[in-house]
Amino acid sequence: MKALIQKLTQITGPSGHEENVRNLVHAEIQGHCDDIRQDALGNLIAVKGKKSAGGQRVMLAAHMDEIGVIATHIDDNGFVRFAPIGGVYPVNSLYARMRFINGVEGVVGCERLASREINPTIEQLYIDVGAESRRKCPVGVGDMAVFERPFLDLGERVVSKAMDDRVGVAILVETLRQLKNTPNEVIIVFTTQEEVGPRGAQTAAYHVDPDIGISVDVTLCGDLPKGIKMEVALGKGPAIKVRDGGMLSDPRLVDLMVRTARKAKLPYQLEVLEGGTTDAKVMQVSRAGMPAGCLSIPCRYVHSASEMVDMRDVNNAVQMLVALLGSPLKLER
Amino acid sequence: MPAKDATLPKAPVIGRAQIALLEKLSNACGVSGDEGEVRTMVQQEIKPFVDEMRVDALGNLLAVRKAKRAPGLRVMLAAHMDEVGLMIVESDEGGLFRFDTVGGINIRTLPGKPVLAGHDHIPGIIGAKAIHLAEAEELSYAIPVDNLRIDLGPDGSGKARPGDRATFATRFLQTGPTLRGKALDDRIGVTSLIELIKHAPEHLEFQAAFTVQEEVGLRGARVAAYAFDPQFALVLDATPAYDLPMWDDSENTRYNTRLGYGPAIYLADAGTLYPSRLVKFMIETAEQNHIPYQFRQPGGGGTDAGVIHRQRSGVPVVSLSVPARGAHTGIMLARLSDWKQSLALAHAALCRLTPKDIQ
Repeated sequence: MKALIQKLTQITGPSGHEENVRNLVHAEIQGHCDDIRQDALGNLIAVKGKKSAGGQRVMLAAHMDEIGVIATHIDDNGFVRFAPIGGVYPVNSLYARMRFINGVEGVVGCERLASREINPTIEQLYIDVGAESRRKCPVGVGDMAVFERPFLDLGERVVSKAMDDRVGVAILVETLRQLKNTPNEVIIVFTTQEEVGPRGAQTAAYHVDPDIGISVDVTLCGDLPKGIKMEVALGKGPAIKVRDGGMLSDPRLVDLMVRTARKAKLPYQLEVLEGGTTDAKVMQVSRAGMPAGCLSIPCRYVHSASEMVDMRDVNNAVQMLVALLGSPLKLER
Repeated sequence: MPAKDATLPKAPVIGRAQIALLEKLSNACGVSGDEGEVRTMVQQEIKPFVDEMRVDALGNLLAVRKAKRAPGLRVMLAAHMDEVGLMIVESDEGGLFRFDTVGGINIRTLPGKPVLAGHDHIPGIIGAKAIHLAEAEELSYAIPVDNLRIDLGPDGSGKARPGDRATFATRFLQTGPTLRGKALDDRIGVTSLIELIKHAPEHLEFQAAFTVQEEVGLRGARVAAYAFDPQFALVLDATPAYDLPMWDDSENTRYNTRLGYGPAIYLADAGTLYPSRLVKFMIETAEQNHIPYQFRQPGGGGTDAGVIHRQRSGVPVVSLSVPARGAHTGIMLARLSDWKQSLALAHAALCRLTPKDIQ
């Protein structure tokens, strides 16, 4: 599992350019599902099982894209100006290394600031790819880049860029492999453009037209020194989302997930996130609407070049999903 | 040299007639939600060239020109009829009217402007305190819209009602290579779309959407795309150009687009990440046809593509804009050559579009 996460996080896939991730996922799930297809927005849709008595058509989504930047202008001296793709914050980007899709690497520099006390704006930043002039710059307007940082293995805990949401992608890949028999029609969608939307999940949900929607994505942690106040802690189990900034989970689905965790004797936490949202937001209101929820993976330093997750949360999330999907998804009042 | 493909439709040109049409459309009043005047003009223009035409519940004008041969790819073309403007909120005494803005308007450009109010185009002005009487401090900030009034004259009280729209009174003018007018955003796209309908390639099912309420949140295009359920969409719009020198002589790195550099192809904006295979397709088309092009700088803003590409199971989209200085003010300025090249590029791209290009 760790090896899969390492492989998935180390490849480049900013929103709109998920092809590397899609190709890898396609190879990993080959033979573990009944059908694989791709839609107009680049979502990879894997189908497993048929809906039998009491079963449901359930869509699970994890997004393949990661935050990044896009070149807006190459100046006379070869410095690359850029705009964010998704939630890239200037303070997280200062002097970070970036890698463009075409392989070019560079470092984020900053104009001289009026004082050391203030944070730069994104317009004050640029990427220095070592070029001496515009003519010699190997980057063009429209080229996208992502954070570049090696995978760090700390034992139970692992650190990488793009853990948001390649860890979710890895969990759904592993769930597909471990899920042997299901009374449900399980449709796993590896989505695109979540970090700018969520957009891919919106068209995928329309296309799939499921009975129930569940996303698998990272969430924040409240266990850091003078950090945000929040119940979720790293390593205390996958978090069953109750609400976030864009969605109120269906309470029946929350109950079902809690019951499943208890029955399988798996640790879990309940998540109430004040900001941010996931693919489940657009699934919930697709077409005539559906019960929607989310299984979250606690993650420290989200939207930085060093996002940290705990392998126990990851493995327990797989066990919880396999248990959930192995029985009819029965929502009860 | 190979013989010209006899099935290729004649390319549209922009001559006197097209500029006159743009003049008529730019001078018409069509503030978001009240696009009827523009719609009527468009209906008259396209009627002889389309197989179906209808106005939907939101006021979009949806017209179809059927494919005459296979494969009949369903292609949606969108240009928005509405413009940013003003709305009368309340009548004060003596022909003065309180108003609000509709769509994103730079309010610093409002005072001292002639306007036209209501369907009868009643002339009025937005006044401002004479500089003789103004305190130094008053001159340092933008006057809030609440403190401004539209003045329709002493007998103007009954001439406008709450809800009536008003636009800048700027009249269209061509001076050499330059086009100026109040509503080039997006009557320039509307005029292009009319010309494209007249020269529609026969292998496409041509789904033309003259959309409403783009300036207040891409509202018309959303339902138009649902109705058409297209396989590909091309959006024709106008986009700001800020290609001016910087005050401190430093390099201008945020110009968005530049006049005279050809049509602007979109890569990424706040609403859409454009599929790179389609961007490449547009570049190839431009290069094969020796049409200059530029990229609109990636960043904020957007076009109707933002809602079209997310409709139903997803739609591959391209946006193409004519650059214009002074967008969302009382007067915009564009280059005739950029418009001509933008129409040429759109037409050339549609002529060579096959189902393979959008997969």
